Amino acid sequence: MRLWNVILRLSRIGVGAGDPLAQPVPRNIPRDPLRPVHAEKRNENLTTKSVLTTVAAQPLPQDSRSCWSCGSVFETTRAALFCKSCGKVQPPVAVDYFTFFGLPPKLNVDAPSLEKSFYELSRRLHPDLNARAGSQEQEWSLEQSSLLNDAYRTLRDPIKRTEYLLHLEGVELEEQSKSATEQARATGAMKKQIVPPDVLEEVFELNMQLEELRMSKKMGEEDPALIAEIGKQKLSLEAKHESLLQELQADWKEWDSLIDSAQASSEERGQATSRMVDVLNRRNYIRNLVRDVNAALEE
Amino acid sequence: MASDRIVGIDLGTTNSLVAFMQGETPVVIPGDDGLNLLPSVVALDANNHPVVGNAARNSLIETPERAVYSIKRLMGRGVEDIQEELKLFPFRLAEDLQPGEVLRIKLGNKTFTPPEISALILRQLKRSAERFFGGPVTKAVITVPAYFNDAQRQATKDAGRIAGLEVLRLVNEPTAASLAYGLDKKQNGIVAVYDLGGGTFDISILKLHDGIFEVIATNGDTHLGGDDIDNLLITIALDDIRGDLNLDLRRNAEAVQAIRKAVIEAKIALSSQPSVKLDIELPGGYRYQREITRDQYEQLIQPVIDRTVGPCKQAIKDANLKPEQIDEVVLVGGSTRIPKVRALVKDLFHREPHTDLNPDEVVALGAAVQANILGGGSEATENMLLLDVTPLSLGIEVAGGVTDKIILRNSTIPASATQFYTTQIDGQTNVAIHVLQGERELAKDCRSLARFDLKGVPPMAAGIPRVEVKFLIDANGILHVSAREQRSGKEADIQVQPSYGLTDEQVEGMILDSFDNAEEDFRQRQLIEARAETATILAALEKGKKSAAWGQLTTDEKKQIAKMEKSLAAVNAEDDYHAIRKAIDALNQGTMRLAELMMDTAVSSALKGKNMDETDLGEGPTAPHPMAKAEFE
Repeated sequence: MRLWNVILRLSRIGVGAGDPLAQPVPRNIPRDPLRPVHAEKRNENLTTKSVLTTVAAQPLPQDSRSCWSCGSVFETTRAALFCKSCGKVQPPVAVDYFTFFGLPPKLNVDAPSLEKSFYELSRRLHPDLNARAGSQEQEWSLEQSSLLNDAYRTLRDPIKRTEYLLHLEGVELEEQSKSATEQARATGAMKKQIVPPDVLEEVFELNMQLEELRMSKKMGEEDPALIAEIGKQKLSLEAKHESLLQELQADWKEWDSLIDSAQASSEERGQATSRMVDVLNRRNYIRNLVRDVNAALEE
Repeated sequence: MASDRIVGIDLGTTNSLVAFMQGETPVVIPGDDGLNLLPSVVALDANNHPVVGNAARNSLIETPERAVYSIKRLMGRGVEDIQEELKLFPFRLAEDLQPGEVLRIKLGNKTFTPPEISALILRQLKRSAERFFGGPVTKAVITVPAYFNDAQRQATKDAGRIAGLEVLRLVNEPTAASLAYGLDKKQNGIVAVYDLGGGTFDISILKLHDGIFEVIATNGDTHLGGDDIDNLLITIALDDIRGDLNLDLRRNAEAVQAIRKAVIEAKIALSSQPSVKLDIELPGGYRYQREITRDQYEQLIQPVIDRTVGPCKQAIKDANLKPEQIDEVVLVGGSTRIPKVRALVKDLFHREPHTDLNPDEVVALGAAVQANILGGGSEATENMLLLDVTPLSLGIEVAGGVTDKIILRNSTIPASATQFYTTQIDGQTNVAIHVLQGERELAKDCRSLARFDLKGVPPMAAGIPRVEVKFLIDANGILHVSAREQRSGKEADIQVQPSYGLTDEQVEGMILDSFDNAEEDFRQRQLIEARAETATILAALEKGKKSAAWGQLTTDEKKQIAKMEKSLAAVNAEDDYHAIRKAIDALNQGTMRLAELMMDTAVSSALKGKNMDETDLGEGPTAPHPMAKAEFE
């Protein structure tokens, strides 16, 4: 047996959510002795599930720390990424991507202002601009800047942003990716497919047609009528995809107003997230179908 | 100040350059031959000393078994991925090469890894820069093709270290070029950089925004370039010769190199002329002559240049753009001088490409700009910041031999991803992780980057350990991995086995080797210089003895000079340059009066109306010699 065969991705099997273990703390940082204990506890790993469940209902965390270099104290509603008085990059603190950008966990994000923040923070955190700093600060710059890039990549994309928020809320989406399909095929495991009921019939028919198309292509034949029919189906799927995106935006609006009201019950939040999970699962299914159709047509 | 001396280096397949930001302008530093381009050719001379550049280029034809070119094609690659290369290039691999081992190339009867050969090129550039500054150069920015994978990047960094350079940053070539272009333009918009060099092709699409150069998408082919065109032309010539003269020259390295030289010249000429005539002397007194028209040539190379279309279309698609949305197209790399390539680019992007900067130099100039930014910047580079991307997705092999992508291609770097692993057997203490790079779904179709062993996982029941592994791609595009077992909080020990790379220990060893060589080289150079000076002073003395002034010396003085002359001749036969120098100094001192007397005679004869030139002074003992100045330490 090869060793990698024994590897299991914990995130896949859902073990160990919410370990109260701290992030690795960089060595040799002068620590503020008055730093409140809760700031330590907040350093949970972000890819676990429980971080934002409390954050959403409460005001954003207040963090009071001071610059490791010049000692000036910062009072910010976001992670102290760099010192505003001396400009030095600060040791990374585990925060979620929204907090990293100083944003509330809302789904309507203003793209131009997010880009502006990204550029501004890049000018502070990027390793190229900290190339002459000490080796510890260079390491922080590398970590902070990778966090910045990861956060920006996630938040600027509407789907990734939604998935990330759901993830913070403790909801995992079904794997619909091509690699998950391949993996299921290779291991012989059943992959859980969520076929949206309203397209069940269409999907069944489309799969038959795609099979037919593959067969005829194998025989070296072209069936223009079949290709035209599949093309028509593809257009209808794309329209469906578009309408799901609109549905998703309506859900965003609802979520954001829950965050704004600050009094939303966990039940209300749960309902909002399950609606989004449903839309995303349907959307992913349709998107994969369109991808398969394109592949079959191009083959 | 040493920090002012960060140089930018373009380590190219065909040519390499070193550049520096002089004031507010990047300039290329010429080599000791006065030329900006250093051919990326390395050879061993008769004494087994490495020579680089034009000197080595001659050796390609005279002693091809002692020379190597296009070594960049082998950087970071294993023997199984270079089978195509071996058919087309005269690389001679070491016979005892083991599978999975880093390649070793034979030059004469010595072997070198690709990073060591690249290091020799880098060291030559370093020397040029040191001559330029009159002081040591230890820091550099080196450019790599944007589409280089982790192993190829690591190999380039290793080469820098072996050459005694701290590589502050690896910059992607097309991005570097955009920096050089952006320096005086300072505008916003979308720019595509099409970079077709000697052996690699890159396409990068950037968004310029108030000095931020943000790469949106990149694509390419690390085995596509002018070399491929040369090989096509060589193959045709060899076939012709075999058909017409019944002469099979494929195994005749000298002849192949002579043909290669001729077809490269023809290729260059065909960029400006409608036709060109090949005329090559062959062994056995034969001659190969052939006319190639531009039409024939363009037809021939079409399949090669067409291979750039796919990557361009993919990059535009990945950038989520339409060709019309691209504001400017910049051409980089010597192969973009080919009119057919320019036509293709114009076609692809619907606009006339920019060619304002020398396509051979623009990458090095950009590297110098980046070096300046890293060094703290200047007025010209103020506000400039490069945000580059990783060209290939990073993945992990999961059950079933499937690649699970954890960092997607075109992600801005630095980028990171965290994964959790557990064990499947009770008490299991090791977890093996296979890291891959590439876009394919199955692990076997991706490139193996490394296998990591997470060791020292505390023995627990299966499924209980929770190992957090953090993958981080740094600003050089190189992967770093760290791991921690979360339940125990224990840092897991990671053993990295790069699939195609040198270990740290190997690199350290090579650095020492090159230092040893450097000392030996230095000694050799000093010896050669001292002997040249001996020859000069002894020749001068011979002339002095025939002059009128010689008669004015006392017998004692003459005896003394003869004694010193004899001892100089004696130490000159030995290998101790210190002793030779001492003897030269002594003889210089001893002949001072003779020199003065000769000068007096010359002056008085001049006063008598004689021309100074007619008085044979001979070359003075301290006459300038043709050798280069000694190296800085």
